[in-house]
This record gives sequence, C-alpha cells and structure tokens, in this order.
Amino acid sequence: MIEIKNIQKGFDGRKVIDNVSATLETGKCNLIIGASGSGKTVLMKCLVGLFEPDSGEVLYDEDSITNMNEEDRKMLRQQIGMLFQGSALFDSMTVEQNVRFPLDMFTKLSAKQKHEKVNEVLARVNLAEANNKFPAEISGGMKKRVGIARAIVLNPKFLFCDEPNSGLDPKTSLVIDKLIKEITTEYGMTTVVNTHDMNSVMEIGDKIIFMHQGHKEWEGTNKDIIFSKNEELNQFIFASNFLQDAKDMRMLEAKGKISDDRDMDKLLK
Amino acid sequence: MNFFTHLGRYLLMIKGMFSKPENMRLYWKELMHQCNEIGIRSVGIVVIISIFLGAVTTVQTAYQLITPLIPKTVIAIIVRDNIILELAPTLICVVLAGVVGSRIASELGNMRISEQIDALEIMGINTKTYLILPKIVAALIVVPCLVVLAAVLGIWGGKMAGSLSGILPPEIYNDGLLEDFIPYNVVFAMSKTYTYAFIISSVPAYYGYHVQGGSLEIGRASTKSVIVSCILILLADYALAAILL
Ligand SMILES: Nc1ncnc2c1ncn2[C@@H]1O[C@H](COP(=O)(O)OP(=O)(O)OP(=O)(O)O)[C@@H](O)[C@H]1O
Ligand SMILES: [Mg+2]
Repeated sequence: MIEIKNIQKGFDGRKVIDNVSATLETGKCNLIIGASGSGKTVLMKCLVGLFEPDSGEVLYDEDSITNMNEEDRKMLRQQIGMLFQGSALFDSMTVEQNVRFPLDMFTKLSAKQKHEKVNEVLARVNLAEANNKFPAEISGGMKKRVGIARAIVLNPKFLFCDEPNSGLDPKTSLVIDKLIKEITTEYGMTTVVNTHDMNSVMEIGDKIIFMHQGHKEWEGTNKDIIFSKNEELNQFIFASNFLQDAKDMRMLEAKGKISDDRDMDKLLK
Repeated sequence: MNFFTHLGRYLLMIKGMFSKPENMRLYWKELMHQCNEIGIRSVGIVVIISIFLGAVTTVQTAYQLITPLIPKTVIAIIVRDNIILELAPTLICVVLAGVVGSRIASELGNMRISEQIDALEIMGINTKTYLILPKIVAALIVVPCLVVLAAVLGIWGGKMAGSLSGILPPEIYNDGLLEDFIPYNVVFAMSKTYTYAFIISSVPAYYGYHVQGGSLEIGRASTKSVIVSCILILLADYALAAILL
C-alpha cells in the first residue's frame, strides 16, 4: 500500500502538484488519469522519489520514502519497477541486455536462467523477435513494451507505469492492459498507472484518481465513473459525442427506462 | 549559478561516488569498457600529435641555437626535458580534454535527458558510483599510459626529425638524451598527469550528469566542460610547478 499525504510540488514558483492525498491499494491497478499537463508524471516521480516534494510525504507500507536515508531508499527501490513515459531504454544495450540488466545487477541466476526469464517476459509483452535489436532500431510502441518487460522482470512489489499504452495500437494496448492487471493480482503488486486511454480506464481501473490542474479532482472506481456528476471529470472522460451518448444510454439503462429493444429503437431516433 | 554552487555540487558528486557497488562484476565490466573508450580510442590522435610535437621541437630548438659554441647534444636535452616536463603531460591532456571530455559529457547528458539515469536510480543503483566512478578510475589508469606513450613517441619523433633534416645525427641525439637526466622530472610529470586525468574525467562528468533541459543543453554542457577542464589544467599546471619545482 502506498499512502500519499498532502504532496505539493512546484517549479520556479509555479505549483504543479497542489496538496494531493490518496491511498494506492495493494493487488489493485491504481490509475491516475487527467489531461495532458495536469501533473500525472510529476506526481508519479514524486511517488518514487525522483522529485523531492516541496511538502508532504509518501509512505510505502508505512515507511516514508521522503525521509528515508540513501541506503534504505536503495533497498526499497529494488522492489520498484517503473516504466517511463519515454521508455528510457539504455541505448548502448540491445533489447535483451536491457531487460536482463536488472537480473545481472541484482540476482545470481545463471546465464541460461537469465536468458529464459528474459524471453519469458518479452513473450508476455508480445515481443518475441527483437532480442538483438538496439532501441534505435525498434518502434516507439516496441520500446514501451521493452520498458514494461524491464520493469517487471524482477517481479517488483510496486509497479509504476507512465502511459503504458500511448503509441500502441488498440489490440496491443489491450494485451498490455491485461498483462498489467494479471501480474498485479497474480503477484499482489501495488500498481500505479498514468493514462489518458479510456479503454484502460474502463478495463483495469480498480481505483481511479482524476487529476485536474495539479489537484485531485475526483476519486473512485471504473464503475462509479459512469455515474459521476463531477463536471470536470465528465468533460474529460466523455469528451466525444459518441462516448457521451454511450454514457446517457448506460444511465437510462440503469434507471430501468430501457426494458426491451423497442424502447432502444425509439431512443436512437 | 555562481562558482560556489558549482563547486558544492561538484564536491557532493565526488562524495556520492563512493558507495558499495551493487554487483562487482558489472562495475568491473563498466570499468573495462571505459578504459577502452577513453584509452584505446584516443591512441591514434595521441600518436600523431606526439610524434609531430617531438619533430617540431627539435627543428625549432636547432633553429634557435645557431652559435657553434653550444654542443649539438643540447638540442636533445632541451627536446627531452620539454617533452617530459610540459608537452607530453599538459598538451596531450588538453587534447584529451577535448576528445574524452566531450564524449563523457555528451554520453551522460544524453542519459540524463532521456531519463536513463532516472531509470537506473529507480532500480536502486547508485548512478554516481555506477556511471561516474568507472570513468574517473579508467582515466586515472589509461591517461598516464597515454602520456608515457606520448613522451616516448615525442622523443623518438625528435630523433627522426633530427636525422631526416640533417640537423643532428641519431648517435649525438642519443648521447644528449642520457646527459644530465633528472629522474625527478618524470615523477613531476606523472603527478601532473594524474591531476589532469582526474580533471578531464570528473569535470565533464559533472557537467553531463547535471544537464537539464533538452538536447541543445547536451551540446552546451560538453562545450562548457571542455573549456572548464582546459582552464583547470592550465591552472593546475602552474600551481604544481610552483609547489613541486
Ligand atoms: N522538470 C520540470 N521543470 C519545470 N516544469 C515542469 C517539469 N516537469 C514538468 N513540469 C510542468 O509540470 C506540469 C505537469 O507536467 P506533467 O509532465 O506531470 O504532465 P502530465 O500530466 O504527465 O502530461 P502528459 O499526459 O502530457 O504526459 C506541466 O505544466 C509542465 O510544464
Ligand atoms: Mg506525463
């Protein structure tokens, strides 16, 4: 469990994260959603300690990463996996070496075991034939998937994904969502995902935090989201007419107004 | 940012470098890799520069010593001492500051901008120890080797130039090399070299590691690191001469 307590963060006097508090639960996919520039990436970097928040603290299972000394922080981080928005692959290494790097650094597995483990995670992200390519030689979506593979190769306790789906086609996107969901429940991880992909929100959003201009505007599950009356959230999620109609439909349905297909026909006229 | 902020951050970086490696084998591999990058890849330029340095020094010294009262061996003595004391350590290190320094600064700058350094941090790796320490240690190992190579080749180049241009025959040059040789000069040259090696690896590492912004900044950081290292080399040159001679 990760507890965020009154986090504030600004750059050059401009507040980017404004007093955010939340609890991110173990074994669930915690989503942080929000428009571009709403502070999702900055919030995530505060969570993992890459940015020092101006005030407030972040607790990992009751231990505050904000006040931790260097050694303890290193120990904690060995249980963290993170996918960066720009993938952040090591460009001097091949795909296989990238994914194997954490294994090389922190495990004593044999070369063969490592090779197997690498292939296993690469297969899970639908990337079987790129082992010997360099990051410069693969597409943006493939980089994302290598980044995910590298983040999960040590079975971390805490997984952070900054926009795992951006740049992926809808089908691969779904595969990645499923994978994130699966490993989260399978290994009981605490997973935090930044996204503005509505498919993922509906698909894996066990817990959703909606960021708006740096503060937490709304919090709930993917089931609540349909019925939320929050103005900003509705504008963000149901931005297109198509989705707005879909939402209206679900509302009517829920209120029992649609009982059979004939009513549906009438409504569609 | 003023001088003291830079100095403070630089010292903190140096201090932060000393922590226990997470995995000795990978650190060793990185060290070997850097020895290759910094050392082997600079051999070519060092060879070319040092041979010509020796040749030019011989020809110009002969040109300045026109009186027949001075024995020709003096030319060899002057070439030898110039190369060992100043040209091989200082000039070669100034060149290396450009070659090696810009490589270190842009490599680290690129890793910073593309968040590769953050990715390493997140894995629980001390990036100062993993990325910077091997570069400095590698420089401390290979730069002295390069300087010794440069001194040898420079003196040899002087001999070649002397005999090719008919200024002085190789036997006289060889005699001159052995005359009045002061071993302390070599010690002095090596202490300069170690100081420079530290400067040309740590200063670019500092600028590269602390790059902020976009890829334009990487270029700026590497230019700046070369300028600052060159200035520091010359300052150190003077300071060491004042202290040790
Ligand atoms: N290092 C930084 N220095 C100064 N300002 C920053 C820095 N990083 C982010 N910001 C500012 O913080 C705000 C939030 O940025 P952030 O990257 O968190 O947005 P985001 O929600 O992740 O957007 P996106 O969905 O496009 O990735 C932006 O206005 C940005 O300009
Ligand atoms: Mg972002």
